Amino acid sequence: MTEVAGLAPELAGAKEGQGQVPVASAGERFTSYDVEAFEVPGGREENWRFTPLKRLRGLHDGTAALDGAAAIEVGGAGGTADARSADAPRGVTVETVGRDDTRLGDGGVPADRVAAAAWSAFREATVVTLDGTPEPVTISVTGPGAGADAAVHLQLRTTAHTEATVVIEYRGSGTVADNVEVVLGDGSRLTVVITEEWAEDAVHVGAQHFSLGRDATVKATSVLLGGDLVRISPTVSYRGPGGDAELLGLGYADAGQHLEQRLFVDHAVPHCRSNVLHKNALQGAAGRPDAHTVWIGDVLIRAAAENTETFEFNRNLVLTEHARADSVPNLEIETGEIAGAGHASATGRFDDEQLFYLCSRGIPEDVARRLVVRGFFGEILNAITLPELRERLEAAIESELAISGV
Amino acid sequence: MSILEITDLHVSVTTDDGPKELLHGVDLTVRGGETHAIMGPNGSGKSTLAYAIAGHPRYEVIAGSVTLDGADVLEMSVDERARAGLFLAMQYPVEVPGVSMANFLRSAATAVRGEAPKLRTWVKEVKTAMSDLDIDPAFADRSVNEGFSGGEKKRHEVLQLSLLKPKIAILDETDSGLDVDALRVVSDGVNRYRAAGDVGVLLITHYTRILKHITPDVVHVFAGGRIVASGGADLANELEEHGYEKYAATGSGAEVAS
Ligand SMILES: Nc1ncnc2c1ncn2[C@@H]1O[C@H](COP(=O)(O)OP(=O)(O)OP(=O)(O)O)[C@@H](O)[C@H]1O
Ligand SMILES: [Mg+2]
Repeated sequence: MTEVAGLAPELAGAKEGQGQVPVASAGERFTSYDVEAFEVPGGREENWRFTPLKRLRGLHDGTAALDGAAAIEVGGAGGTADARSADAPRGVTVETVGRDDTRLGDGGVPADRVAAAAWSAFREATVVTLDGTPEPVTISVTGPGAGADAAVHLQLRTTAHTEATVVIEYRGSGTVADNVEVVLGDGSRLTVVITEEWAEDAVHVGAQHFSLGRDATVKATSVLLGGDLVRISPTVSYRGPGGDAELLGLGYADAGQHLEQRLFVDHAVPHCRSNVLHKNALQGAAGRPDAHTVWIGDVLIRAAAENTETFEFNRNLVLTEHARADSVPNLEIETGEIAGAGHASATGRFDDEQLFYLCSRGIPEDVARRLVVRGFFGEILNAITLPELRERLEAAIESELAISGV
Repeated sequence: MSILEITDLHVSVTTDDGPKELLHGVDLTVRGGETHAIMGPNGSGKSTLAYAIAGHPRYEVIAGSVTLDGADVLEMSVDERARAGLFLAMQYPVEVPGVSMANFLRSAATAVRGEAPKLRTWVKEVKTAMSDLDIDPAFADRSVNEGFSGGEKKRHEVLQLSLLKPKIAILDETDSGLDVDALRVVSDGVNRYRAAGDVGVLLITHYTRILKHITPDVVHVFAGGRIVASGGADLANELEEHGYEKYAATGSGAEVAS
């Protein structure tokens, strides 16, 4: 059965996002490992038009030297003991490799100038290979420090039929451009949680390359909380049929923060699934630059990708004035034989009427606002299966609420 | 026994052309055990009165007083008023996406009762209250009022009334938009609330059909931002037959005078 859904039924009455036809088809986008192969963006290009280039600290135009050092530690879910040591958890191999390692690039190729700049600049890459059913692994990336900039390269690999959980935590100050490759072996299942818990000054422009083998499943959750500007571009591609990608995410943008998520799911093989849900909450403040979130969701179903099932959904909750949420869902279908495809986007305001309604039932104002934000993010946070991590993130969101007096 | 006393209440809103006075001196006392009906033409200020008592930020009280058992209601924040025992079933209940009905009801009950209700009894209490109002239990997982039909919203207002058990309840056109069966279900709900305690009800309506289910002790005619006449239950029948024409003059007169 062929069905192309527009707005999800539960959204009847919600504001429909403007789906737009991009300048060029997503399928024809340019990719290269070489930074010089890309033009320096001027800001009007389709893939840069929402990003404040002035705040990129030269990542896009070659003026950032990318000569700083970001610390990368790999350990168990609880601690930070470096797994490169002899007592690394079973089934986890951590390697620091040179640029010539032939596995690099298995996940994908940079599709914008900053990703290519990071690829051209990194000196060593960290490759984490997961085999069997290892304990959860935590990888922490700490920024190079205020005023410095660094290129990072990370690759996660699962062997066939592995079941693993990985947490990647970004912290600290400075500017980071990176590529994260996630290469799934046939039939493997990977749960990955990526948290952006940067200090206030940090700028992070990242490309994530998910490559799924036959019957592989990835469940990725992105949590964007910190940083001055965070722009993440995940790409999902399938190497064989039966692949299943679930991408959940949340962003909490406060005054002056720019959080951008640009997704590209490339369905080029039959019988694969993708399911995307990204939620942003925004709270600005008078006299400060807008809190800004951007969500771009490009899903391409190529002619060969029969029986694809895909749904993508972006939902934004505007808590205050001085906030702007841009949302562009975009679904391109080149085959008539799909199992189901839909996309939707809805932006709603938490307004005085809602606050009045909740308070008129006795609920104090701060509790009312928390109720709304918690309810909004619950769907994403509840999917995080590591209780300690989930609690830490819940607490981090609560404290953002508290700081801004919401 | 509770007592809500409204004395010489003047209320205005801010418009593009400056402040506009909507209530021109309302005097009304509702005691526990009493049911008052307020009837009046569209735009006469009935909802304004209800919102002003509940503390909606859009309405500014420029003169007069509102007290509940002697305490100054106008000094209280919106949530404090609810915790003091006031409840407003709204004419247009607000949709709150992302907050489940279950979570909302529990948070409200926790706030009003001063402690979180025990989980086991609470679940049962909500279930019973929902089935009393013919509400499908599946609504508990839906966002507050989101996508509810007009009638479903009204039922949920009465559901909140029955769980929060206020001292004084103001029902703003809770009967509007209900079919005959729903009207009976909702009226039964209000009557259960009335019977359960020594509570006061202020019922704003356009129709006598609800007054056949919920008998008022007093009927007030509201026109031009004030109460222009009060009487017994039969005043409602007279209004239904002859309309508000005879009071219109009084109402507009008041506006001119202000
Ligand atoms: N923000 C506002 N700006 C200007 N006029 C307002 C504003 N709010 C209310 N009004 C006006 O105040 C008057 C009273 O409104 P209100 O909603 O209290 O009437 P009502 O008696 O409840 O009417 P209905 O029977 O239609 O519900 C109306 O004329 C309305 O247009
Ligand atoms: Mg009204």
